[in-house]
Amino acid sequence: MNLTLNIWRQANPTAAGAMHQYHVQDISEDMSFLEMLDVLNEQLNEQGEDPVAFDHDCREGICGSCDLMIDGQAHGPEVTTTCQLHMRSFKDGQEITIEPWRASAFPVIKDLIVDRSAFDRIIQAGGYVSVNTGAAPDAHATPVPQADALKAFNVATCIGCGACVAACPNGSASLFMGAKITHLGRLPQGQPERDERVVNMVAQHDHEGFGGCTNIGECTAACPKEIPLDVISQLNRDLRTAIRNGH
Amino acid sequence: MAASGLVFIGFVLAHMYGNLKAFGGEESFNEYAEHLRTIGEPLLPESGLLWILRLGLIAALVVHVASAFALWKRASDARPVKYQVAKRRNSSLSSRTMRWGGLTILAFLVWHLLNFSIVKINPAGGETNNPYQLMVDTFDLWWMTLIYLVAMAALAMHLHHGTFSAMQTLGFTQTVAARSRARLAGWVVAVVVAGGFSLVPLFTLFGVIE
Amino acid sequence: MATTDTYLNQPSQQQSDDAHGYYTPGAPLVDEKAPTGPIAMRWTNRKFSNALVNPANRRKLNVIIVGTGLAGGAAAATLGEAGYNVKSFCYQDSPRRAHSIAAQGGINAAKNYKEDGDSVHRLFYDTVKGGDYRSRESNVYRLAEVSTNIIDQCVAQGVPFAREYGGLLDNRSFGGVQVSRTFYARGQTGQQLLIGAYQALERQVAAGTVTTFTRHEMLELVMVDGKARGIIARDMATGEIETHLADAVVLASGGYGNVFFLSTNAMGCNVTATWRAHRKGAYMANPCYTQIHPTCIPVSGEHQSKLTLMSESLRNDGRIWVPKKAEDCDKDPRDIPEEDRDYYLERIYPSFGNLVPRDIASRQAKNVCDEGRGVGPMVGDFRRGVYLDFSDAIARLGKDGIEAKYDNLFDMYERITGENPYEVPMRIYPAVHYVMGGLWVDYDLQSNLEGLFVAGEANFSDHGANRLGASALMQGLADGYFVLPNTIRDYLAHAPFAPIDESHPAVAEAKKSVEDRIAKLLSIQGTRSADSYHKELGHIMWEYCGMERSEPGLRKAIDMIRELKADFWSNLKVLGTADSLNQSLEKAGRVADFIELGELMCIDALNRRESCGGHFRAESQTDEGEALRHDDEFAYVAAWEFGGDAGQPVLHKEDLLYTAIEMKQRSYK
Repeated sequence: MNLTLNIWRQANPTAAGAMHQYHVQDISEDMSFLEMLDVLNEQLNEQGEDPVAFDHDCREGICGSCDLMIDGQAHGPEVTTTCQLHMRSFKDGQEITIEPWRASAFPVIKDLIVDRSAFDRIIQAGGYVSVNTGAAPDAHATPVPQADALKAFNVATCIGCGACVAACPNGSASLFMGAKITHLGRLPQGQPERDERVVNMVAQHDHEGFGGCTNIGECTAACPKEIPLDVISQLNRDLRTAIRNGH
Repeated sequence: MAASGLVFIGFVLAHMYGNLKAFGGEESFNEYAEHLRTIGEPLLPESGLLWILRLGLIAALVVHVASAFALWKRASDARPVKYQVAKRRNSSLSSRTMRWGGLTILAFLVWHLLNFSIVKINPAGGETNNPYQLMVDTFDLWWMTLIYLVAMAALAMHLHHGTFSAMQTLGFTQTVAARSRARLAGWVVAVVVAGGFSLVPLFTLFGVIE
Repeated sequence: MATTDTYLNQPSQQQSDDAHGYYTPGAPLVDEKAPTGPIAMRWTNRKFSNALVNPANRRKLNVIIVGTGLAGGAAAATLGEAGYNVKSFCYQDSPRRAHSIAAQGGINAAKNYKEDGDSVHRLFYDTVKGGDYRSRESNVYRLAEVSTNIIDQCVAQGVPFAREYGGLLDNRSFGGVQVSRTFYARGQTGQQLLIGAYQALERQVAAGTVTTFTRHEMLELVMVDGKARGIIARDMATGEIETHLADAVVLASGGYGNVFFLSTNAMGCNVTATWRAHRKGAYMANPCYTQIHPTCIPVSGEHQSKLTLMSESLRNDGRIWVPKKAEDCDKDPRDIPEEDRDYYLERIYPSFGNLVPRDIASRQAKNVCDEGRGVGPMVGDFRRGVYLDFSDAIARLGKDGIEAKYDNLFDMYERITGENPYEVPMRIYPAVHYVMGGLWVDYDLQSNLEGLFVAGEANFSDHGANRLGASALMQGLADGYFVLPNTIRDYLAHAPFAPIDESHPAVAEAKKSVEDRIAKLLSIQGTRSADSYHKELGHIMWEYCGMERSEPGLRKAIDMIRELKADFWSNLKVLGTADSLNQSLEKAGRVADFIELGELMCIDALNRRESCGGHFRAESQTDEGEALRHDDEFAYVAAWEFGGDAGQPVLHKEDLLYTAIEMKQRSYK
């Protein structure tokens, strides 16, 4: 298939960016979206034009590196990561617009690459259990009801890609944060720090410049791991409990 | 936002119930209007409770609007560069129109208070100190009824998402079932309130209430 | 258990010399840290004999850790907790993205929670045997020993392992072993373990003991007075070349499977950190040991950039076959009658059938495709795929039964190939998955360079010539949480070392060499992209140094790689500048190192005229075509010293002596 691509090009964090149009030919529908971009880049390299920079790594949908806004949808039209999106989801002759995640907390570094270190700082604020290596009791010391373990796992599948922020009309990272709070909050190991965790993470989230949640729900539709909206409810409830407990 | 929103949900439900007194005729409606002023006497002075409620509502309004603008500002600061192409795939129209819808309701509220409470403007030029007559005169004008109906549509949408959103923000929707219930509650509140409010203008316009 | 000297084998006496003329023989190598005494007490004794570091002194000691996967992330967190001053580097935009995250199956531990006869000794035995007797006994025993601590640690961190109804941890049996010792979190065990280590790491960042340098790539090792004292790294976002100095350097930068271009590794996985250290004197051990995983989704065309693994568990229910006749290969598989299908694994290995070890399943798939009986699209001159058919299993367990077991894998397959595996048999083909080779380390995980430690897949590891399923995660976390933090302190007890700064001649020289190399890459201005060289190298490696290796093939490959290298340095085209984010430049530097590594891998494979584990030499097989080891000649670790750009690599042999386990030839017939 032949495609027309409108791609955001921006040389560096301070440069003004603009959309550029490119054409690619003979794209196989078995290619992944990123392999289609590889073809474009090989073509640009031959023409002596700077290839398009985009983040990607595992290309199997788990590392969370890839992060393209494709025709206004985070990771494109399917519920998956950009790397697992295949060209069979597009039509011959289609025009595709590719933009970086847009959020002030995710500044553009170059072209389609953004800086998502704000997510790391939110985790630093409390997204962990404080247990030093070697200080752990036997793994069977505390049984965990299967339902809790399952729920914790289901939300712990978050890959930190930032699609929730990208899709949210408010630019909020509540789904990301709620997933971590729910994951640790569902497990006995996460209880001692539960109040502090939510208060500190929310403070860091706001400090990073993410927007507030108005429960629109775009985040959960964009999430390649289908993290449900109820993690935000859990986040809010934990926050309320923490405030009531004097935090 | 959620807490002040819940106050308004309570208010519009009560207000809508009161409006339905119009179907009981002029006496019943005016009695109800008068009763609002005398309720609580002699423990409270005349209109005492009414003022307490009014102050509560004003406080809720300030909180609600201030929170809305704070969220609005945060959202626009959070995304200074807009997308060239934006597609929505999961959100209801009501959830995306909370801000403009809210402003519409606010503008309507100003007129509504001028119309029936503060100034008591009778757009038909008739009597102004008989609440029932004022209402009938107002809704006999097709364009006034239309304005009210448009406002009710905005209110319905606002309540539809607002009710669910309040449940979500307060942390009551942690399961799929709870979330469906909250969504359903949004529909019910929206339809009951906006529908209930719309009955009186419509029935007035078509001459059932006169 | 055997008494100590029952099994003691003889030092190997190599007779064959296939690689003659390609290398220089070097002095024998001895692990001076190798512990002695009863095997079960060695680690305990080693920990006790290691020097301690006063807590007050720790914050004055600086440690650089390159890589944030299970080994690097866990080590950074643990050393940070202990109070050392840690600098952690990764090329990704966050430590959480290291490729450990992609491991699916699980992690082994000798907990014996199932009371099915497992023990530290059995895990140790299985691992040595699985590695085809090419690993060190002491190291493997330690690995099995600390495996139980790993599970405790991860559970305490909140890793959501699968649990039974009673709330206790669930286990499954994995990779053909007969005990259930694999802990798992659905098909995302690596992700959950890595997130645990990542959170522990970020906690230390908040505590101020660890500083992370993301989007940073190590491009040179700094050696001062015979000690590893730092690294030169490039900030990939700004292009700045930075010098980072420390008292010790830990490389936990993963494996080099991407030398094959197509592998299940992440696109960014590379050998640069370890290869730069190798060029500075660190020995590269057993580089030819590559693990090829049989159940990957086949290549669909020339554009392919990476291969995706599907869990090996699929072989429990799927039956592998190809058409008996080559002319049936482009037919719809459902139209091929039963009598025209060749269930070749069941035919050749009646007792193990489809569950034969990874290397056998892989090699047989290659054989049938080489015979022209492969299925799927033509890639080059061959169809590269075999059927993995679930129709019998669906008939037996029902579609629901299969769905419950494999639904996510079936979905993944359909997403990638566009075919519904409930209706059409899956197509699979082997792919490079893991490398057992890596930098040589002693028992303390210290390389032959003082102060340079290597952990995880980056070291030549505890897996010998082949790794058991669910053992990579175990080794990464064992090294990171429990081994390295205990052994590195013995070294750090002698620190801080003489203060140095950027003006030290050795430091300045290292920095200049990096800048010169980048300038050189940018100045060639030829016609070919780094990616095209990488692809070509991958083709050579896969063809001649892949599942089956032969003397003529390897010689040919070495010649081809040398030509490729010459062409690379004269005809490469890298656009852009050094002082900005430049993915082509990053790629070019990595490919340059892969080319050099590829040559060494071929020389190592050429020298090792035996078949062991993941290394199969056509010249060394039984009459039935099975792998044949030569313990008399090759029971050693081949540690290669860099011989200079114009010279030959120098081979140092470390003999492997077994005292607790008897060496046996494996058989799966």
